[in-house]
Amino acid sequence: MAQLPTTTIIGLEVHVQLKTATKLFCGCSTKFGSPPNTQVCPVCLGLPGALPVINEHAIELAVRAGLALNCSIPPMTKWDRKQYFYPDLPKGYQISQFDLPICADGALEITDPANPDAKRHLGIIRAHLEEDAGKSMHDEVAGRADSRIDLNRCGTPLLEIVSEPDMRTSEEAIAYLTKLKEMMVHLGVSDCEMQEGSLRVDANVNLHIDRHGERIETPIVEVKNMNSFRNVAAALAHEVERQYSEWDEKGYTRQTHGKRTFGWDDVKQITYPQREKEESADYRYFPCPDLLPIRLPAERIEAIRKSLGETPEEARQRLESHYSIKVYDADVIVSQGRAMIEYFEVVASKSGDGKRASAWIQQDVMRTLKEQGGDIESFAVNAPQLGELLAKVSSGELTNDRAQDVFKHLLQHGDGIDDAIKALGIESVDDSQMEDLVRSLLTANPKIVEDVRGGNDKAVGALIGQAKKKNPNAMPQKVREIALKLINGA
Amino acid sequence: MLDSALELLRLQTEGELTAVEIARRSVEAIQASQPTHNAYTHFDPDAVLAAAEAVDKKRASGQPLGALAGVPVAVKDVLCTADMPTTCSSEMLRNFRPPYDATVVEKLRAADAVLVGKTNMDEFAMGASTETSAFGLTRNPWNTECTPGGSSGGAAAAVAAQTAPLSLGTDTGGSIRQPSAFCGVTGLKPTYGRVSRYGLVAFASSLDQVGPIAWTAKECALLLDTIAGFERRDSTSLDRPVPDHLAATESNDLRGMRIGVLRDAMEVDGIAESVRAAVTHAIGVFAELGAEIVDVKLPHDEYWVPTYYVIAPSEASSNLSRYDGAHYGHRASEDAADLVSMYCRSRAEGFGAEVKRRIMVGTYALSEGYADQYYNKALKVRRLIRGDFDAAFEHTDLLLGPVTPTPPFSLGEKIDDPIQMYLCDLFTVGANLAGVPAISLPGGFDPSGLPVGIQLQAPTLQESRLLSAAAAFQSATDFHTKRPKQ
Repeated sequence: MAQLPTTTIIGLEVHVQLKTATKLFCGCSTKFGSPPNTQVCPVCLGLPGALPVINEHAIELAVRAGLALNCSIPPMTKWDRKQYFYPDLPKGYQISQFDLPICADGALEITDPANPDAKRHLGIIRAHLEEDAGKSMHDEVAGRADSRIDLNRCGTPLLEIVSEPDMRTSEEAIAYLTKLKEMMVHLGVSDCEMQEGSLRVDANVNLHIDRHGERIETPIVEVKNMNSFRNVAAALAHEVERQYSEWDEKGYTRQTHGKRTFGWDDVKQITYPQREKEESADYRYFPCPDLLPIRLPAERIEAIRKSLGETPEEARQRLESHYSIKVYDADVIVSQGRAMIEYFEVVASKSGDGKRASAWIQQDVMRTLKEQGGDIESFAVNAPQLGELLAKVSSGELTNDRAQDVFKHLLQHGDGIDDAIKALGIESVDDSQMEDLVRSLLTANPKIVEDVRGGNDKAVGALIGQAKKKNPNAMPQKVREIALKLINGA
Repeated sequence: MLDSALELLRLQTEGELTAVEIARRSVEAIQASQPTHNAYTHFDPDAVLAAAEAVDKKRASGQPLGALAGVPVAVKDVLCTADMPTTCSSEMLRNFRPPYDATVVEKLRAADAVLVGKTNMDEFAMGASTETSAFGLTRNPWNTECTPGGSSGGAAAAVAAQTAPLSLGTDTGGSIRQPSAFCGVTGLKPTYGRVSRYGLVAFASSLDQVGPIAWTAKECALLLDTIAGFERRDSTSLDRPVPDHLAATESNDLRGMRIGVLRDAMEVDGIAESVRAAVTHAIGVFAELGAEIVDVKLPHDEYWVPTYYVIAPSEASSNLSRYDGAHYGHRASEDAADLVSMYCRSRAEGFGAEVKRRIMVGTYALSEGYADQYYNKALKVRRLIRGDFDAAFEHTDLLLGPVTPTPPFSLGEKIDDPIQMYLCDLFTVGANLAGVPAISLPGGFDPSGLPVGIQLQAPTLQESRLLSAAAAFQSATDFHTKRPKQ
């Protein structure tokens, strides 16, 4: 049977973990990856008598995010308790925001994936602050289920950003997520590391099937636990097919079936129905009596608005035109956040070569960061140093290879550049020394001399390696020049 | 001897008594009283003596001493103590030891007070008779067939039995004032936010407040001065300067003070003649002290109890969700089939009947479809009640009325009738709903010799006015000097 025309309706709920040093309501660290239950205190453990205290930095970051997403920020917002029982929720309730979220009625504009010249305006219903729960780890050993709880993450600040169901394709959903992620990273709101769970996506999806003019809506499904954008796309594609056949075969519609929660199986690449935490979710929201409402005077909101600076889009355009780098390269740097943009700009201006700065940052700096962890602000080779190093490459003072050696030395020893150069025994070789070296090599390699005379200038390339072996400070360009001069002039 | 903290401070300063001698008497008094009154849930004589010894050493070495140096203080078992169990008189927390001290406990230790033990209470502070405790009921030192009131029944009885001159109670709907009235002592519920709640195990967070119990208003002031003040760890604590309350009790001059009498309270059904007589007598005393007496109405007073019994259980149902057997506290002993049955069994076994009743009421009041009818409506009424107090205080300085409708009732009399028990809070819950300070003072005795209290209420943060009027009353009366027969 031919498939009827369908429209996919997608809305996304994105949780981003705010980049605060401490948790939302206590002073415990938010660092990822520490041994279980080492970043906890009476407050985040929910011990009797402990009380929450608001982390002002989280408020600041939420407002930044909201303003960047064109949301309105109400002058007063409050905290509510959302109640359910689960072992990773030690208080038996989550402190969240119910009817007065900190950000409301925003929008994000994306480039239409189907038409690069058109824009799509995607609505944002709200963004609210809440505390994260801990992690349950289920371990089934020897037939006995053993559950362990790690409460390190418990109380970490989250901003839940809820979109309108405005997306019609998985490409649009991915474009929205990509743009949202870029913006959150750029503003310093979140790291958005999906592997670490600092960006989590739930997708609400259903189909509008056009049966000869009659619109049939399939039941809404919320898909949870997708840990990459690729999985979001795959899950949405899977749901589109699954919902169509479910309607086709069983006749399920929104009228016959309520909203359901599905998980995503990364291995089997399918969605599957999840057991609900509660039969019917009545969270019994009520205002948290331990916290005062948050008042956000217009002046404070304006001050935060002023501090937002340029958008990622503006930053990209500026890097592209100002430092003559490619769109792709500007994109990579901008996607790393504002600190990386600043780092790049210092390196590019100090070295006088934007392209070289971009190449080094993408290859050497970012690779090292990825391998060793940490962020660019505390990177062992600071921007002025790298700029100075690359300036020496531009001026011909150092080869690219030797600059790599210096870079590695700086990473390990943290010396100044001059000390590194000295320690590595790098010195400039004068022309007469070089001529002596090349002459001896030519004598030892009559074949190369012959090839060059026969019109194959490239043959001198083989000498470069040999020259560097004899003197690591030999400059390839110089070796080439002198060799050609000696052969052709002789 | 153990009935005046100020006297104990003086005797130590003059070198007539040491902290250890005082502690020893307190230990002996507790040992003598405990089999009869059961005012304490935890008591460790060695620890008490060791704490006292430390104070004496400090004094001997010439170090500066805190305001309560060497004074025995009993602490209600709802306040966290790192070196003693904190049980809330519940099976759920029978073996629970918090890893930290409540702020008020920290402050007591910093003031060099000697903590003599934890006092018995209604389970999770829910009750008005200390009969719902998992550690057995507490008896009234004036008549052991009567209840000491509740929920801070142990704290009030500990003072009345002269085991300690001071104790800390907590008051959510009258839990300091009602037992103080029943035990013939003085008890203050401070302004909501005056004292940090950090480390107070929550019953109803928007109503709970820690406060002092002692024989006199002066000594309540002394203890309040130690525990009051803003603290960052409690977002609802008030960032306002703390006056010297003890100094404020020096003046007995009430000329120019307008005291509003809550006449309607004296006419409610079932109010005891002895209660009415005590308030009537107090009106005369205050008038003689120079106060101007006016009549006052709080128009929504008939809604106090219903409003309270929606808001308090609603908050309690949420606050008590954390006791699920997963992390600490009681867990059902047998292997539960699954998580939900572990939760259900742990809570069924760990909580007593009154706690369960309130959790159910509160859960219902917050449920979808019912919240507007109950919880949200109660919040609106609460605003009206606050407005009544604001309006009354526009033309009066203090409000005078009864604390309880009756003198102490018999053990077992109301325990099977929750509504009768809830009506014990008739005159006290208003101050909690409005957040204002209120004090219960010994105001007389009924024909059988049982104590009867009177209540004064003041505008927000006017504890000094409240305590100074109470001290003036005590300068003109001798009810607070009477002691139960030992």
